[in-house]
Amino acid sequence: MNEDVVRVLAPQVLGILVRRGNDFAAAEDAVQDALLEAHRSWGDAPPDDPKGWLLTVAGRKLIDSRRSAAARRRREDALSHEPEPGTAEQADDTLLLLFLCCHPALSPASAIALTLRAVGGLTTREIAEAFLVPEATMGQRISRARRMVSGQPFAQPSDVAVVLRVLYLIFNEGYSGRVDLSAEAIRLTRQLALACDEPEVAGLLALMLLHDARRAARTDEHGTLIPLDKQDRTRWNEAEIAEGVRILQAALARDQRGEYQIQAAIAALHDDARTSGETDWPQILAWYNELLELTGNPVAALSRTIAVGEVDGPLAGLSALDELAPRLGNHHRLDAVRARLHERAGHLDIAAEHYTRAAAQARNTAERDYLTKQAARLRHRSP
Amino acid sequence: MPKYLLLKHYTGGPERHPDFVPISEWTADEITAHMAFQRHVGELLRERGEFVDVQALSPERTYVRYGGPGMAPVTTDGPFPETKELAAGWFIIDVESEARAYEVAAYLSSAPGKDGQPIHEWIEVRPVMGGAPAAAE
Repeated sequence: MNEDVVRVLAPQVLGILVRRGNDFAAAEDAVQDALLEAHRSWGDAPPDDPKGWLLTVAGRKLIDSRRSAAARRRREDALSHEPEPGTAEQADDTLLLLFLCCHPALSPASAIALTLRAVGGLTTREIAEAFLVPEATMGQRISRARRMVSGQPFAQPSDVAVVLRVLYLIFNEGYSGRVDLSAEAIRLTRQLALACDEPEVAGLLALMLLHDARRAARTDEHGTLIPLDKQDRTRWNEAEIAEGVRILQAALARDQRGEYQIQAAIAALHDDARTSGETDWPQILAWYNELLELTGNPVAALSRTIAVGEVDGPLAGLSALDELAPRLGNHHRLDAVRARLHERAGHLDIAAEHYTRAAAQARNTAERDYLTKQAARLRHRSP
Repeated sequence: MPKYLLLKHYTGGPERHPDFVPISEWTADEITAHMAFQRHVGELLRERGEFVDVQALSPERTYVRYGGPGMAPVTTDGPFPETKELAAGWFIIDVESEARAYEVAAYLSSAPGKDGQPIHEWIEVRPVMGGAPAAAE
């Protein structure tokens, strides 16, 4: 049995069953049963039409479960013989599943788990491994989420923002574990983009591609982060950058700006510079200003101070930071940004101190190691 | 989803709650009820899909360090100059937010002790470091 084929087909079959009005949890159980049967009976020779086979068997399983519940059986009988849907319908099914799995009633963690399982076609074990939790815990999370969406009315199309946030969270989980969640998020966002013609969907896809393009250059052989200005830009993935830029330009041309398009635009400007010295900071600052106007997000405001530092000088960046600091409370990145601006201003001892404080607040080891080494570099500089 | 270590201490931590009565003064039934509560917390976390790990530690402890090339490890089990903190065990949870981690910790600290009253034990909450986010500039 070809696992890759099955992984792609299982969510499609699930989508068809759900679109036909079947209960989500019951349909997912039926698809899982069908996969088990495929595993048993296909061996090395899958049927000519594996999707049709899975759909028929899953449909039959659904009917069986209904029969044993002794209800509505006649109506379902006809359903398992419906013709296969075309691509447009397939896209609609994906959309339907994504809206269900990213239902606003679910917590982000539940939505992520359910999406990876039901739309991404990953197994519970793979998802558990990706998030470093026991398989039983992930199974429980998924089944709670399934129960919750089973009774829910369909989400409204306006909830595409929720879907985008879930996909972005999956992307940001990265690729450090055994499952490449960034690649998975890109794959799912591509599917969404096929089904949903909205500039922000394209914006998110572009954003992911433009960041993923730097993957090979982002960490050294010890796993420590390499900051953008020190990355070997020849290792950036040019094909991904080109695709991201093309998608972004088409989205921006529709003149319905949103936070993902703007973040993608900032990423594109970084990707566009052949050396860090060639970075178009005034342009980046302009995008940050627009992002702030749109979202008011204090974390975006924090990133903006770096751009201010590059355009108007580090002292201007520091005063922008001082102005912002009360709103950020004790945000863990505050010291890291302050350190960077002080270093730019030549205040190396102060910078070292802030790098040390920033390292103590880092949320992950790659960042902590980077910040610790920055502090060490400044402390042990030649006089 | 961030992970948190919820560390239970035998001793140490901030000043004890005025109602705190050490386990040495509890009855057998009170101890049973206390242990049952620990299992109940574990089940609750499993049911909610937040459970990662739980362990209890023996109070016995030994300090061990490198003894030099070709030398045996250097060990010591005390006595120690000052009263040291002694961890009794931990939960590791995978939760939605820091607020939820605090909620679980507070619940854990409400475990019944003497006369079935909450022990108000301090729980040390430590964030576990995750991987670096894929989108960072």
